[in-house]
Amino acid sequence: MKNIKTTILSNQEVSPDYYRMKILAPGISDLAQPGQFVMFRAQATDEPLLRRPFGIFQTGTLPSDCDGLPDKEFVEILYKVVGRGTAIMRELHEGDRVEVLGPLGRGFELADDGREQILVGGGIGLVPLYMLASELVKKNKVRLLIGGRSRKDVLMVTEFERLGVETYVSTDDGTLGEQGPVTQVLERKLSKFPDAVVYACGPMPMLEAVFRICQPRQVALQVSLEAFMACGVGACLGCVVKGAGHSEQQPHYLCTCKEGPVFRAEELDWELLEKRVNEGEHSHE
Amino acid sequence: MSEMLLSAGSTADGPDLAVEFAGLRLKNPVMPASGTFGYGEEYSPYMDLNRLGAIVTKGLSLRPKAGNPTPRIAETNGGMLNAIGLQNVGVDAFVEQKLPFLKEVQTPVIVNFFGNSLEEYGQAAQRLSQIDEIAAVELNISCPNVKRGGIVFGTDPGAAAEVVSLVRRHFNKPLIVKLTPNVTDITVIARAVEEAGADAISCINTLTGLAVDIRRRRPRLANGTGGLSGPALRPLAVRMVYQVVQAVSLPVIGVGGIMSAEDALEFLIAGAHAVQVGTANFVDPAAMINIVDGLKQFCQEEGVAGISELIGTLRC
Ligand SMILES: Cc1cc2nc3c(=O)[nH]c(=O)nc-3n(C[C@H](O)[C@H](O)[C@H](O)COP(=O)(O)OP(=O)(O)OC[C@H]3O[C@@H](n4cnc5c(N)ncnc54)[C@H](O)[C@@H]3O)c2cc1C
Ligand SMILES: Cc1cc2nc3c(=O)[nH]c(=O)nc-3n(C[C@H](O)[C@H](O)[C@H](O)COP(=O)(O)O)c2cc1C
Ligand code: FES
Repeated sequence: MKNIKTTILSNQEVSPDYYRMKILAPGISDLAQPGQFVMFRAQATDEPLLRRPFGIFQTGTLPSDCDGLPDKEFVEILYKVVGRGTAIMRELHEGDRVEVLGPLGRGFELADDGREQILVGGGIGLVPLYMLASELVKKNKVRLLIGGRSRKDVLMVTEFERLGVETYVSTDDGTLGEQGPVTQVLERKLSKFPDAVVYACGPMPMLEAVFRICQPRQVALQVSLEAFMACGVGACLGCVVKGAGHSEQQPHYLCTCKEGPVFRAEELDWELLEKRVNEGEHSHE
Repeated sequence: MSEMLLSAGSTADGPDLAVEFAGLRLKNPVMPASGTFGYGEEYSPYMDLNRLGAIVTKGLSLRPKAGNPTPRIAETNGGMLNAIGLQNVGVDAFVEQKLPFLKEVQTPVIVNFFGNSLEEYGQAAQRLSQIDEIAAVELNISCPNVKRGGIVFGTDPGAAAEVVSLVRRHFNKPLIVKLTPNVTDITVIARAVEEAGADAISCINTLTGLAVDIRRRRPRLANGTGGLSGPALRPLAVRMVYQVVQAVSLPVIGVGGIMSAEDALEFLIAGAHAVQVGTANFVDPAAMINIVDGLKQFCQEEGVAGISELIGTLRC
């Protein structure tokens, strides 16, 4: 885990409102595990004040510009512009100074013991699944079910296919792939491969629906959650979710930043998560 | 550095940042604000904890506390609101699981604690007085007394004095009392806790605020209101520190919106003996170390041999 001041290597639009940014990150890049994230800030000002959490899309090395200099180890993030912080990020260019803290949190456990591997991504939720897929394809058949509101919200399909992942696209409005929720594809796949393991990341209502499908079938499920974060390291206790068995008398809170963001489904209290969804929290993707 | 500058208090490696107050000797005046630094361990991968003047823990209660429903935090302009609800592991788990790590650090440990009734404060103080490794306690009195209709101890001079004198009876080491800014006149409370036996005052805790989600017409925090912290709070905090310094003869620790060495210096010049850094840790885990370095550099630039020479030098 490192806190570094560094520079941007590239920042490109991939679809309207979606960008991918490569950041020079020696010391972070080599430690990162699939499902981990970084806390990012563009500038040392009070506005916006807090760093923003972003999943690690991939890590890698670029050859250095000059002979004799070390290769450039990078972390790549993929983000959607939704507010003040991400609006500033979209304006950044190669060479701009930024600060990155990471890699943070607990990533995915690889359940790559020969079972079918199914990844489910909703919108920007596909970010942590790419690094996961790159690991899983080494030993397994991997399928990605990817959903979004519309064509523009379905990203990186060719990148996943290049890894050898079989992809299934669905959109709410039918502008790309089949029309309907990604969970309808999941139900079909699970009837065909009842022993599959599932990894999911996306908006809360989608995760909730994925859980409702996996639970009765006793399918092993890991989910990656989002929460408002201030510190990202377990110090502020601002990002907690209710764990399984939580009650007023015996409270059981888990830090999304430290004990997550990836949880095994059985670690969480889904009744309470469901309540949050119905209250309309986390409506953005 | 020229030899001319090597006067009393300064050392060969530059100005002396050490401060002494309330029976505490700290290598520098910079420490974390309670609740923003966990139990120290959380930030240890990013910094050398030995470089801090002291470590202040998350607020502890006698028994573990669950905290509030989520969302618990909301960013605002130049600050943030929090309603964590004082979630903590409780004194016993702190001693078993967290203290062994802190023992290895060459920095005094200050335990922040609270209760929701006089009895709870008393019992916690008694328990903490038995722990050798604790250098001092910081008493958070910004909590409601659930047995007296929920009145916040720190907003009433009588209730504040009562809880401070009770804790004083159980605790011999330095007792720092942390004041809430949610009062009309903070000097009234400061005088009350001085008379009740406090050794030092830290101020301020967060200022109660409300942020609204305009589409849902609901508060952005599940709890409704939350405590404002961060740079937006700073001028208010400096003003309150200055008022308290004028009103009592106790040493004061300044807290509220400190992001940089310059910010910390405002508090020291206004009369604080030390400072606590809270929200800035979230923004940059290197914040406190940068502040320590920045204080040293400022002393050098100003030709000051020791930081304590700057304390209370505000010209009004
Ligand atoms: C572990 C983790 C990984 C994440 N990975 C990615 C990623 O790979 N790509 C990506 O685009 N986004 C990701 N996010 C979400 C991202 O952090 C937020 O979109 C970002 O902080 C918004 O900043 P902003 O200043 O643009 O928005 P703001 O102006 O702060 O807010 C705009 C809107 O975004 C919502 N929002 C703000 N922060 C969060 C948050 N932390 N979680 C959920 N909603 C939020 C607000 O409620 C508001 O509706 C992740 C969040 C977490 C916790
Ligand atoms: C997330 C969070 C948790 C806090 N928890 C405590 C606490 O447990 N006890 C306490 O006395 N103060 C607590 N505080 C208040 C801080 O110690 C400090 O007084 C306040 O945040 C102002 O300083 P700052 O602007 O530097 O953050 C907390 C503040 C924050 C932001
Ligand atoms: S974000 Fe601070 S504890 Fe998780």
